[in-house]
Amino acid sequence: MKHQTRKATRHVSQNEGLIFEKSSPGKSAWRLPPLDVPEVDTQKLLGAARRTDLGPMPEVSEIEIIRHFTRLSTWNYAIDLGMYPLGSCTMKYNPRVNEVVSRLDGLANAHPYQPEKISQGALRILKTLSECLVEITGMDAITLQPAAGAHGELTGLLMVRAHLHAKGDPRKKILIPDSAHGTNPATAATAGYAVENLKSNAQGMVDVAALAAQMNEEVAALMLTNPNTLGIFEQEIHKIADLMHAKGGLLYMDGANMNALVGKVRPGDFGVDLMHLNLHKTFSTPHGGGGPGSGPVAVKRFLEPFLPKPVVVSKADGTLGFDYNRPRSVGRVRAFYGNFGMFVRALAYIFANGPDGLRQTTEDAVLNANYVRKGLESAYDLPYPTPSMHEVVFSDKLQAKKGVRTMDIAKRLIDYGFHPYTTAFPLIVPGALMIEPTESEPKEELDLFVEAMRSIAEEVDEDPQMVLAAPYSTRVSRLDEVAAARNPVLRWKPKG
Amino acid sequence: MAYPSDLKYTKEHEWIKVNGKNAAVGITNHAQEQLGDIVFVDLPKVGTEITAGKPFGSIESVKAVSDVYAPISGTVTEVNSELTSAPEKINQNAHSAWMVKIAIKNPAELNGLLSAADYEKFVAEEG
Repeated sequence: MKHQTRKATRHVSQNEGLIFEKSSPGKSAWRLPPLDVPEVDTQKLLGAARRTDLGPMPEVSEIEIIRHFTRLSTWNYAIDLGMYPLGSCTMKYNPRVNEVVSRLDGLANAHPYQPEKISQGALRILKTLSECLVEITGMDAITLQPAAGAHGELTGLLMVRAHLHAKGDPRKKILIPDSAHGTNPATAATAGYAVENLKSNAQGMVDVAALAAQMNEEVAALMLTNPNTLGIFEQEIHKIADLMHAKGGLLYMDGANMNALVGKVRPGDFGVDLMHLNLHKTFSTPHGGGGPGSGPVAVKRFLEPFLPKPVVVSKADGTLGFDYNRPRSVGRVRAFYGNFGMFVRALAYIFANGPDGLRQTTEDAVLNANYVRKGLESAYDLPYPTPSMHEVVFSDKLQAKKGVRTMDIAKRLIDYGFHPYTTAFPLIVPGALMIEPTESEPKEELDLFVEAMRSIAEEVDEDPQMVLAAPYSTRVSRLDEVAAARNPVLRWKPKG
Repeated sequence: MAYPSDLKYTKEHEWIKVNGKNAAVGITNHAQEQLGDIVFVDLPKVGTEITAGKPFGSIESVKAVSDVYAPISGTVTEVNSELTSAPEKINQNAHSAWMVKIAIKNPAELNGLLSAADYEKFVAEEG
């Protein structure tokens, strides 16, 4: 089946400039009715702050706007078109039921300043989702405020710091394994901690002996992703938790890979003190351009006083409300209560699946990753043969002998009709191909993917130059990423 | 790739060239190969104290941002500001594109570094 692209073919994709370039004076998409309220004297009201020149705003008609964005959308790739195996990102299908529920009038048009007594439904959603996530993670309490994963990490470390300060034991360092998400060290630095790197062992897991040697009373917490970015479950997690706790440190879990655990094992049961979840990964809310994200942080009881405020509480009269009287709270981390639309979607997903459905989802995600692993392990180098959970990491070692690297293979994969996998991450695997199919994929799509990847491996053997010049099917081939990084042009300016 | 024998090397892939009481520091050809096209170099200020084994700067490539570790301790006496506008010099010739020059604090620390032959062997095993 080599050198065939059974999934992709050429389709019409129309040329399109910037919307600013379409502008011509006087065009508009709307005709407003005559003013039927008294006109305000903006000059008097605003004085020098009044703007009359809005700069180069595009003046276009409605159909031009619609065509502009529709044409651009045909250049794109989406989970609704096919498999999106971008490892670590969990690009799973966003079920339509989520969208139906989130568009219900009372939810879509709720206002955050609405009085509590007419917001009881929205509050009930916050409370029910909180209870579900606490149950799934095995933790005791949660905040839904953080806007995405890294924001959740920062909120978590602020709580770690508040807790240690309250104990009179402020500490300086955060330990982070070399297989961690890049956001972890960035978060620790942002929270004012020094970062200390922790080396992985030959199995791709935390080296427990190295951790024992590096753990001391200066360390505030270990930030651990489990399963880690190699898609490997940290089998000595209990020992890791005990080592941290014995010296007064906390175990923070980056829950980005929670989709490998839901319904099977609970971080709260294996010693995690606090963790974030990515609703836009594990709980099927849109990821990437479709976001926004949502990164709730779940904690054990002793951290509960430090949760961001306000928190949802049941009041004496049986209604729900917000409690702002939280003197030990780290404060508010997000306007209002977080990305509410994502809470609605995540809860719809949880209810649509139910406990058994969520467990099945986890099993399918792990099964799919292992199916891909089995299909590709004779064609690509597998640097860590430890069993895989929800994703698998290969290296380009075999293809590199022909001068073809992971990025080249990823570019060629586009021609076969797939979104590329994640390239060159995690950093501990030189030339990584990080593949996460998620549970969304039927066997037929996985077979097409395995076939495409095997076909590319054959192409590398026979004609590496062909792979090096890919992709051929896209509007533009290789973009000059180096020039874009060295000399970014971030603003369009009118000519002349 | 032959590694120049007048340089000493670290397992973190830096090189150091000693010149009396001073030394120049950069990253190895192997390191630049692994990083890919370098787009930004973050260097310390003249006068900064750097400590053996601790990061003193960072390099951003199209793939990742990586710390650069001090092979030995010392005080920064000169910074190669040319790299700020032309980071590709490291890709072009890593062993001549020095990042900082330092006044050596403790010459004995040099004994712990790798020779060209040892480093070449280390890279072969690691890869």
